[in-house]
Amino acid sequence: MDFNDTPEEAAYRAKARAWLEANAELIDPNEPAADLLSEREDERTIAAAKAWQAKKFDAGWACITWPKEYGGQGGTAMQSVIFGQEHAKFKTPPNIYTIGQGMLGPTIMTHGTPEQKATHLKAMARGEQIWCQLFSEPAAGSDLAGLRSTAVRDGSDWILNGQKTWSTGAHFSKWGMIVVRTDPNAGKHAGLTYFILDMKSKGIEIRPIKQINGGSAFNEVFYTDVRVPDSNRVGAVGDGWRAALTTLMNERVAIGAGSATGGFRNLLKLARDSRRGGRPAIQDSAVRQKLADFWVKLQGLKYTGFRTLSALSQGKVPGPEGSIGKAVGAPMAQDMAAFAVELQGPLGATSDQAVSMHEALWQNMWLAVPGMRVAGGTDEILKNIIAERVLRLPPEFRLDKDIAFRDIPTGPPKK
Amino acid sequence: MNFDFSEDQKLVQKTARDFLVEHSPLAACRRVFEGKDLYDAALWKGAGEMGWLGAAVPEEYGGAGLGHLELVLIAEEVGRALAPIPFSSSVYLATEALLLAGSAEQKKKYLPRLASGELIGTLAIGEGAGDLDPTSIRARIEGGRLTGEKLPVADGDVAGIALVLARGGDGALSLVLADLKGSGVARSSLDSLDPSRSQAKLAFSNAPVETVGAAGKGWELAEKVLDRAAVLMAFEQLGGAQRALEITREYAMGRYAFGRPIASFQALKHRFADLYCAIELARSNAYYGAWALSHGNDEMPLAACGARISATDAFDLATREMLQIHGGVGYTWEYDCHLFYRRAKLLSLTLGSASEWREKLIARLEAREAA
Repeated sequence: MDFNDTPEEAAYRAKARAWLEANAELIDPNEPAADLLSEREDERTIAAAKAWQAKKFDAGWACITWPKEYGGQGGTAMQSVIFGQEHAKFKTPPNIYTIGQGMLGPTIMTHGTPEQKATHLKAMARGEQIWCQLFSEPAAGSDLAGLRSTAVRDGSDWILNGQKTWSTGAHFSKWGMIVVRTDPNAGKHAGLTYFILDMKSKGIEIRPIKQINGGSAFNEVFYTDVRVPDSNRVGAVGDGWRAALTTLMNERVAIGAGSATGGFRNLLKLARDSRRGGRPAIQDSAVRQKLADFWVKLQGLKYTGFRTLSALSQGKVPGPEGSIGKAVGAPMAQDMAAFAVELQGPLGATSDQAVSMHEALWQNMWLAVPGMRVAGGTDEILKNIIAERVLRLPPEFRLDKDIAFRDIPTGPPKK
Repeated sequence: MNFDFSEDQKLVQKTARDFLVEHSPLAACRRVFEGKDLYDAALWKGAGEMGWLGAAVPEEYGGAGLGHLELVLIAEEVGRALAPIPFSSSVYLATEALLLAGSAEQKKKYLPRLASGELIGTLAIGEGAGDLDPTSIRARIEGGRLTGEKLPVADGDVAGIALVLARGGDGALSLVLADLKGSGVARSSLDSLDPSRSQAKLAFSNAPVETVGAAGKGWELAEKVLDRAAVLMAFEQLGGAQRALEITREYAMGRYAFGRPIASFQALKHRFADLYCAIELARSNAYYGAWALSHGNDEMPLAACGARISATDAFDLATREMLQIHGGVGYTWEYDCHLFYRRAKLLSLTLGSASEWREKLIARLEAREAA
């Protein structure tokens, strides 16, 4: 049992570190961290992000796990984690490529045509192309396969109509990957097709979604008679669900090895700085018990991540147990934020950066965390995944199998 | 990064499991639970012959000379089997205390007999209800003799020796070793919430004792022993929790209601998922504890707290869910659910409650920040 790198991992880490040190500035831990949950990137940020990605690409540090022929480094998942760990220590522009490079590129690699691979992959890796994912719809989130946007064949093109929602970065993306329904008479999963979409096409309207915390990282995207060439189709007609699954599976492979204990240190400081019963709240026994609970769970999550890294280091593929991190972490983050706000007493309801404790950090977190319990798989779906795929309990009973999509109920019956 | 056990260590675990599947089915736990025997002597003898009792004891003192990474995996299997033997008292408490602080003579005198199983040991700190608090210790040492009462003492009625925390004439606490079959010792078995494991009250009256470790440093030593025991016990709790989950899953898959297995109801699926997460977090915290224990490093005080709190919560949850999901039959004497329910409660308390360890954790975090 050893937390150190293997000799090969250590050598790789040193190389990565050396390159990063030569090309970027280390983060100062005393500077406040950027609030990444609500940022809506502007043109300046995007230009900086593009330049940094190109720099990494030209030096061979882009897309660590991608095959070299597609612009990657041809490295292992563990090497990708190591590079990510070192990269996180440096001041770099926000990463606007996680969706494209993390999920969509691998989908094209698996299901795309040679022309699609040639046109897009290297440009994705170099950051010349920014991509967004167009999956969720107002009527299809957890039940993604219930999506309703349509595509109808018209000569060598398809005509798309419908609406997507919760699309991160659609407003600055040139390209998107979209799943639409091409056959409403087939079953739910069987009538879907996957396309590459030029986001500058005529008929596309993008509207920001305003979140409860005032931020706008996501968009609604409306399609009215948008024309898509058949050459942009990824995979066979009606086989879109298979490609969509590839995209979704890649979402899970992103393993954050950063610890959340920075958040705990802040919480401890808050407990010291606020008061209860005439003395620092941290001397209150109930506060101490709650703090201990958070610490133990955070450590448990951190070491569960280490076990996953160990599996990666041994060349194993992480399985559905990876859902633990989010299933436990997201609701706990909400509990921590609520606890932190409560510690502040009546002033906890003030979110004034000049007056509130810790510059209203906890108030902002309290507003941001409900989204974490829903995005990227709701708590409930994750528990279903753990129950069904890890514990092998029976799957949910479905009323929408073996019938045509058009016959599936989508709301209460009309009186 | 290799936060995992080696293949050799896993083989030790597999061997332990195979042995216990054969020699310690749940019926063995129930035999001690319902009968007059205070522990399963044949199983204890077997554990000695397998080398488990001395797994972390150097060969020069009669042990197997393996290490703590092997011992924690054996502990996990002992926990999984609900083995009705004084393993935790003798191995996690008495043996570890002597390894930590025994003089060369004490090690030579006691470790070989503890490793073979011929001698059973335990630790006696508490003197009544409440947390394990040094200020409430009344047992005293005068002229090398111990007087006072300790309760509850885990396996105090079957042990041959006990390491006892008592107060010297100068008011400082020391850890002393008492021969429980010697003069000045009276002991009585206590009825236990978990009758598959024994507890006793020990009454000392001028019983001759020898000091273990530095005189006057008894509390610091006791805390170190408790930290080690906490990690080892966490694996035992983990083993029990995992077995409880497996048994409950099997029950829910076979029990049909409303035309389908109750395991297919989402309310239960989600509770199973929650339990799985709690056990996996406990496993991760226990692994970290094992690493800290095997290196004997600075991380132990915090790692031990994390391991104990996490494992206690997981085993507690597992056994409550086990009883609940089994429905009515879970509440019957005949079903094994309450064997787990009782064992979880015992293990959650015996080294001090989870609340006590949470308080200890925060105090240690504060001390670390101040340093």
